[in-house]
Amino acid sequence: MTPVRPRVPGFTVGLVVNPVAGIGGPAGLKGSDGERTQRLALARGASPRAAERAAQAVRALLARRPGTSILTVAGPMGEDSARAAGANPLLVPFAPGDPSEGRDTTAAVEAIREVVDLLLFAGGDGTARDVLDGAPSCPALGVPAGVKVYSGCFALSPATAGVMAAEFADARETAEAEVVDLDEDAYRRGEVGPRLYGTLRVPAVRSRLSGRKLGSAASPGTAEAVAAEVVTRMRPGARYVLGPGATTMAVGRRLGLATTLLGVDVVQDGALVASDVTEKQLLDLVDGRETHAVVSVIGGQGFVLGRGNQQLSPAVLRKIMASGGLVVLATQQKLAGLGGRPLLADTGDPETDALVEGYVPVITGHRESALYRIRPATEEFPA
Amino acid sequence: MSGHAGEPFAELPVAPKPPLRRFHQARWDEPIIFEQSRPGRRGVAVPAAGVPAVELPASVRRAEPPKLPEMSQLHVLRHYVRLSQENLGVDQAIAVGQGTCTMKYSPKVNDRFVTDPRIAELHPLQPEDTVQGVLEIYWRLERMLAEISGMYRVSLQPASGSAAIYANVAMIRAYHASRGDAEQRDQVITTMFSHPSNAACAKVAGYEVITLLPDENGYPDIEALRAAAGPRTAALMITNPEDTGIFNPRIEEFVRIVHEAGGLACYDQANANGLLGITRAADAGFDLCHFNLHKTFSTPHACGGPAAGASCVSEALAPFLPSPTVEFDGESYRLDDDRPQSVGKMRPFLGVTPNVVRAYAWIMALGAEGLREVAETAVLNNNYLMRKVLDIPGTGTHWDRNRLEQVRYSWQGLFEETGVHSEEIGVRAADFGVHYWTSHHPFLVPEPFTLEPTESYSKEDLDEYAAILAHVADEARRDPDLVRGAPYNQTIHKIDPATLDDPKQWSPTWRAYTRKHLA
Repeated sequence: MTPVRPRVPGFTVGLVVNPVAGIGGPAGLKGSDGERTQRLALARGASPRAAERAAQAVRALLARRPGTSILTVAGPMGEDSARAAGANPLLVPFAPGDPSEGRDTTAAVEAIREVVDLLLFAGGDGTARDVLDGAPSCPALGVPAGVKVYSGCFALSPATAGVMAAEFADARETAEAEVVDLDEDAYRRGEVGPRLYGTLRVPAVRSRLSGRKLGSAASPGTAEAVAAEVVTRMRPGARYVLGPGATTMAVGRRLGLATTLLGVDVVQDGALVASDVTEKQLLDLVDGRETHAVVSVIGGQGFVLGRGNQQLSPAVLRKIMASGGLVVLATQQKLAGLGGRPLLADTGDPETDALVEGYVPVITGHRESALYRIRPATEEFPA
Repeated sequence: MSGHAGEPFAELPVAPKPPLRRFHQARWDEPIIFEQSRPGRRGVAVPAAGVPAVELPASVRRAEPPKLPEMSQLHVLRHYVRLSQENLGVDQAIAVGQGTCTMKYSPKVNDRFVTDPRIAELHPLQPEDTVQGVLEIYWRLERMLAEISGMYRVSLQPASGSAAIYANVAMIRAYHASRGDAEQRDQVITTMFSHPSNAACAKVAGYEVITLLPDENGYPDIEALRAAAGPRTAALMITNPEDTGIFNPRIEEFVRIVHEAGGLACYDQANANGLLGITRAADAGFDLCHFNLHKTFSTPHACGGPAAGASCVSEALAPFLPSPTVEFDGESYRLDDDRPQSVGKMRPFLGVTPNVVRAYAWIMALGAEGLREVAETAVLNNNYLMRKVLDIPGTGTHWDRNRLEQVRYSWQGLFEETGVHSEEIGVRAADFGVHYWTSHHPFLVPEPFTLEPTESYSKEDLDEYAAILAHVADEARRDPDLVRGAPYNQTIHKIDPATLDDPKQWSPTWRAYTRKHLA
């Protein structure tokens, strides 16, 4: 084993592979979370594809930047893929379980996060959550290898991930991208819809983040422009309920307020009225005054209500729709990425869904907006 | 080789050309003209005039001479000939790759009219009775464009397409102001794939912009338009066919919805190459439209310099046209500056006269039937090229729709397979003597490229262009680094695109370059 120095000179890329990512997809299992699913997939004749996809990314990286050092852990969680790509990786001491689990991904990230310039991880949305749990201090970029790849932190393809990693060596600019995941059990029952778990810093190499799966921060300036426009449009005396997400958080930042990434916050006249509120608190806060809900689009499917912002309950939304209304934040690119499909609402109450159905203003930048359809998810995906 | 009968060489055939052209661009490493300046060097030694020198007031006199390059005639000529050789344009390349820009042939015969002393030596301040000929050309071209668009009056003053769009926005604002609702009507509606100058000009004029996205069929969402149109609507500003090449068949309904809301409808016909003689803006109910003479009517594009735009309006909008207008009383032509409701001047004097002359000559040479044939040929060429391009593995389009004069394609398939970007394919294509453009930003179609063959190019040109793309796509699969390392046969190797985003490095002038890079 090559000893690891505290700081590797040159450009160093960390590699963490979730070897079982994607195994459930071909087997029709809609995901690969949990050992039972993985056993079932193997029984159905599935073979893991993450190792090869990680190798493709490393191959593309080394083709562009041959001197890159690869730092990883022994065996199928990285070393095998690096060697398959022709790299001679540096290894950190690490002993994963067999078979490896999500917490092994987290532990591997913790083991290498301090000594690399960029972390490449191969897997799906579940893997991205495990990486997030490892609190990487370096930027990270996902190599898409899972069944569910809705998070914004993934490159379009393994080769793109390698190209972006190589370009990052020179540019070193980052943007925030959302990590979202589905509840796989619900997904297997046909109830689709992702939830926001947090954000990772990803490379923002000029226009390379133009992919359909990239979240709210496709270009670093856009979220700020959208936030500025939201603030410009705020009316004196009106309350604004800011849903979760990186773009809504930028609204708080623009106001100079410490709003939350994952929670729901309420602002009025440039001041924070309440932070990280529950549905019950919201019912009181929106009562008897003009209130607008400001929400962003979660993940690649277009959900704006009922995913990650359940605090905006049917009762809360009915009051908001009666007094103010809904404002959605998204880049033009994100809207275009929907390919003409509508934004989705799934509040759990068909009457409330019907109340928000129709065309909603979507703020896309400085003095610009789009009008875009919202539909009840139950109608878009009938059971 | 001159072989005598009986010699072995005489029977040898001429070596056949390879399937793709062995191209190499000139590479002169040419310094900037200011770097070639030498003190005291002159192009012309002007003899003393023998006329007494006029004492200029001190306020208009320079403290020091202008810092112009000092060069001989030969060196000036050589400099610009070299630069012209380091260029890829319509005159030597198959320029079908600059979709939305419409790079068609500019007939050389029309340049003879422009360089004729009767045009070239006119002064913009000459009395009207001494410039009746050029005023007649302006008047007659205006009437032709009015006929082509169905509009009532036309201004040929704008010096570019975007200047014409801006003139139209200014007239929209003036129209609403004349009715007392300019304050209330503060929104302009456009579509995602309309040319972005529409949104940009509306914003510059102070409007809030609402964008309609395509529906599942690739057409702008008409229900979104219904939701957007209302008492705040100043205008719909729309391109049709859009930059995707898809023609919106419900365009009259779009216009009606906006009219019913009290707004105006403005048609971006900068590139009317798929429409000439087939549809007219006024017949679809539009109140305003504009043409780029350099896209549709064959005049040179001029690198952001003096192109020319034409703003066309209905009778209700005519009082707001830029000033002056050219008027004809049946006997003589005159300029009308007495237009109290006019939005004012878009530029000094009349317009870009050389391009007005070229466009006039082009239309006169073609006639009405010829114009329609231009559109039909452009659409035919485009659909032929589309079939060829879509046969190349790794290409695709977003919507399976007929296209008029251009197509926005995607290399998404090739990119996912090879990691090679559309921009890189375009740079490699330049090694074979052609180039292409991707798309406006942000890239709404992933890994985009936009081709527009116009009426100028032959079937053989289109075959050659498609063969080059197929070859480069094949290279991307076999040896992606070969493509990424391109260009090899070009004037310069690679430029760092990051400098384009960095104001500290931009140098639009020698003075800026001196300050930013030589200080």
